[in-house]
Amino acid sequence: MAMTDVKWTADQPIVSLKDVRKSYGSVPVLNGISLDIMKGEVICIIGPSGSGKSTLIRCINALNDIQGGSILVEGLEVHDPKLDKLALRKKVGMVFQQYNLFPHKTALQNVMMAPVKVLKENPAEVEKRARELIRKVRLEGKENSYPGELSGGQQQRVAIARSLAMRPDIMLFDEVTAALDPETVKEVLVTIKDLAAEGMTCILVTHEMGFAREVADHIYFTDKGVIVEHGPPAGFFANPTDPRTRQFLSQVL
Amino acid sequence: METVETFFQWLRQSYGIKITIGYDAWDRAQFLAGLWTTVKLSVLSIIFSLIVGVIGAFAQGSKYLILRAPIGIFVTFFRNTPPLVQLYFFFFALGSVLRVTTETGGSAPMVSAFSWAVISLSLFAGALNTEIFRSGIEAVPKSTLEASESLGFTRFQTYLYVVLPLALRISLPSLGTNLVNLVKTTSLAYAIAVPELLYAAAQIWSEQLNVREMMTVLLLTYILLVAVLVWILGRWEKALRIPGYGV
Ligand SMILES: Nc1ncnc2c1ncn2[C@@H]1O[C@H](COP(=O)(O)OP(=O)(O)OP(=O)(O)O)[C@@H](O)[C@H]1O
Ligand SMILES: [Mg+2]
Repeated sequence: MAMTDVKWTADQPIVSLKDVRKSYGSVPVLNGISLDIMKGEVICIIGPSGSGKSTLIRCINALNDIQGGSILVEGLEVHDPKLDKLALRKKVGMVFQQYNLFPHKTALQNVMMAPVKVLKENPAEVEKRARELIRKVRLEGKENSYPGELSGGQQQRVAIARSLAMRPDIMLFDEVTAALDPETVKEVLVTIKDLAAEGMTCILVTHEMGFAREVADHIYFTDKGVIVEHGPPAGFFANPTDPRTRQFLSQVL
Repeated sequence: METVETFFQWLRQSYGIKITIGYDAWDRAQFLAGLWTTVKLSVLSIIFSLIVGVIGAFAQGSKYLILRAPIGIFVTFFRNTPPLVQLYFFFFALGSVLRVTTETGGSAPMVSAFSWAVISLSLFAGALNTEIFRSGIEAVPKSTLEASESLGFTRFQTYLYVVLPLALRISLPSLGTNLVNLVKTTSLAYAIAVPELLYAAAQIWSEQLNVREMMTVLLLTYILLVAVLVWILGRWEKALRIPGYGV
């Protein structure tokens, strides 16, 4: 495991998927997905509902296992059944559509918990970092609020801070604004944009086409478990070549 | 104290109501000893039944059948047999096997009747606690667990820091009912001659022939005990309440 870890250098893709195949039972969901992401890149995955976007992103974090192909994250073989999951989770942070905060912990405690319990870091130092992160996601003053006392947008930003507290190299976002009201969507997108600007490698599944166009280095369009078309946002949105992409874009734009 | 005794003496002389523990020091001591035994029995059984429940529920959620199966059998066994029969089983069946040879060459029980009562009651209530905790655990959203998994928590850490605190809050109402039942069930220890409250009361009424009075005192004492427990549980529930959380 350590061997493969050492092999990765920043000139290689930080995340590399090759012919990834996944099915739930006998239902195929991913039918050969290949993509490479370089360090600092922001990619957006778009596509119709049920096309396998969530599944794809979850496979990168080993929340789902795959039946074929390979996934490398900083040289770590995610598809290996003997994968050191903790090593992977230290590299990859994930934010979910439903925030999934720990409801019995305050915002600050939510952010502090993993570094203290998982990484066994010094609580005083973690607290300092956690407070900075909460400031960074613009939630100063909400440190001692419980998730139930926060709006959806605020909860989602706590969730982002909680992931960042583990100092990941890569962040996965799965439709993190889908459950929010239009007004609060913006505040979460701003937070993600800040992150992207700082050079965080981001993989986003999103329905916010405007945001994708603005923030992404590369757009991937998936349908029925395959990547139909991909490219830099300018060309992708201006001249989609595949009819399926055109049809999808005509519906959402 | 003296005025209290005078009052109970007056009650006896004027109306023939013989609440002997009010004026008879010996009876009172016996009764208080019984009360103390019931309290000890309750507290120990509550603690151990909670431990049994937590461990049982954790094992039941295991992916290993070798852990799940015995817990399933244990829960089925203790839920579907009468607690009195369980107590007899421990005391008479197991108790007669678990004996040690004394220095004088005789044979003595290895486990006292009191200990058997604690063991038996803890397992009885623990089986129910296992079920209660399990349904609490199942009510914790899977997505919350995935979040914790993606943060690097192991299954055990997730259980300890996320599942248990949430499941406990969800389970608290049913747990309270079960613990109140447990306190009431401690009176079964009478059957194996543990000198608890009912035993002490029975000793007193068989001597003083004041069954009616002692029965009343006994019931009121249990009501008091349960009231204390309910009050503690209420405080606990309040302390665990999460602002803005619907449980
Ligand atoms: N746990 C599961 N068991 C069985 N089938 C599943 C499971 N999760 C997802 N699927 C199926 O896999 C397919 C892809 O699901 P996925 O959630 O990845 O789609 P998606 O692109 O994220 O859709 P959406 O935009 O609606 O979130 C769907 O057909 C879905 O029904
Ligand atoms: Mg999805």
